[in-house]
Amino acid sequence: MEAILEVNNVSKHFGGFTALNAVNLHVQRGERLGLIGPNGSGKTTMINCISGALINDSGDIRFDGRHIHTLPAYQRTKLGIARSFQIPRPFGSMTVLENLLVPFAYVGGADGPNERREAMDILERMGLAAKAEVSSKQLSQVELRKMELARAMAAKPQLLISDEAMAGLAGAEIDEVLQILFDLNAMGITIIMIEHIMQAVMKFSQRVVCLDAGKIICEGTPESIFKNPDVQRAYLGDEA
Amino acid sequence: MKFWIICLALVLGSLGLSLSGINEYVFFAGFVILQFVVLATAWNILGGYAGYVNFGVPAFVAVGGYTAVVLFKSIQAPILVQILGGGILAGVLGLAVGLLTLKLRGIFFSIATVAVVFILETVVMNWRYVGGATGLQLTRPADLAFFDSYTRMLFFVMAVLAIGSVIIARYIQNSFLGRGLRAVRDSEEAAECSGVPTLRIKLIACVVSGALMGVAGAPMPMYLSYIEPTATFNLSYSISALAMPIIGGTSHWMGPVIGALLLGTLQQIVTVTVSNELNVLVVGLLLVFFVVAAPDGVLGLVKKWKQSSK
Repeated sequence: MEAILEVNNVSKHFGGFTALNAVNLHVQRGERLGLIGPNGSGKTTMINCISGALINDSGDIRFDGRHIHTLPAYQRTKLGIARSFQIPRPFGSMTVLENLLVPFAYVGGADGPNERREAMDILERMGLAAKAEVSSKQLSQVELRKMELARAMAAKPQLLISDEAMAGLAGAEIDEVLQILFDLNAMGITIIMIEHIMQAVMKFSQRVVCLDAGKIICEGTPESIFKNPDVQRAYLGDEA
Repeated sequence: MKFWIICLALVLGSLGLSLSGINEYVFFAGFVILQFVVLATAWNILGGYAGYVNFGVPAFVAVGGYTAVVLFKSIQAPILVQILGGGILAGVLGLAVGLLTLKLRGIFFSIATVAVVFILETVVMNWRYVGGATGLQLTRPADLAFFDSYTRMLFFVMAVLAIGSVIIARYIQNSFLGRGLRAVRDSEEAAECSGVPTLRIKLIACVVSGALMGVAGAPMPMYLSYIEPTATFNLSYSISALAMPIIGGTSHWMGPVIGALLLGTLQQIVTVTVSNELNVLVVGLLLVFFVVAAPDGVLGLVKKWKQSSK
């Protein structure tokens, strides 16, 4: 298999704090990758560096064979990297449908009746079609999470980074969002899932990578990761 | 289509008005109100659509005004050339300010724009050619085209500028640029991750907004036959240009027009009937009232009223 994303020796510092320390990560095309780690381990910094919200201090990021680590975020989106946010960031003054039309206008370069139909298709798939004309301010938490994924899909990504899309959701809602992510993956989209909800990561990931203090401490199948003593130490401390 | 017919009718109407025999004072006051339509509309392109509050309005107005003075004093440029020059230089100032400050967000951007006012005021105060701190008396040219007085001509020019700036603001609002600016206002990170080149469209908004403020300021010296820095760099321009869109409603091009006509007219009436000092109080009281009671402005009130009567 060919790698769609290559992160090579990427480091990121905030003042004296090293958030990422020479991280290496290769993601295969079509893969479902789980990214875990305790709070503050650098997961979000890592995807900020991949999506372009932050620029890494050193190292190299390649997407689809291209060097992207100097590109601004919007160009990376155009190349095919989309993400959702840990804390949902809807365009609150717009309806759900209008939220999706922003990426359609800027990534696809058009915003006509065809785009509206395509946006409705995406909302249909996410189970949000009934909410298309509702202000995004009025959505429930699970609807907001779905809309974030829908908006990311409207940018027609090859790689989707889901940053804790299930945080704060209840059991059945988790399964709903998980199913959406499975469906998107079945369409050929590579997915990196950052998640604290371990059943979700176990169920979803083909491979899991564990970050701790800015370093990847281990990677492997979900089963092997949870048995790994380093992971247990990172999460629970030395006494465990 | 309806919009364009109304625009044409307004241009012809203001032409007819300025050629008619009514009292000169109407044009003197009307000029100020129309100038505020331009300023409020210009401010709203960056402040309303994108949510970047610009307190540096007088800097842009003054660049327009002083460019006009320089063009007039050096080459006797006609009023339209003065306006064009003022607009271009204010647009360049918009680009420069944008490049330096648009990476700052929220209150930090606003503070930086206030600084621009003080910097430029200090420069002008020490610039003898344009009169320095004492100001400069100007003699209006005798050429009036086919108007009876210079004030009448300026009224018509400002009416055309006001309509022009509304056309520009409406175009931006309905274009992909408007959608992008709204996205920036709601969430800059999400906008960038939706493919919106946030810095670029903020710069475009800053340039257009600045240029229109310069255009509004350029006819000022000819209107007063005089220019001096303290009045030109007065921060009350910022307050008015910000209050008018907020009172009218910032999300639609009509908001600043409604706010400017409402507040501008009220100010003129208060100035004449009560006192020149009290008209500033009117702005303050109305602004407080709207921010507390109707944060979406007149347009928001109308929308609510329509929804509840359904």
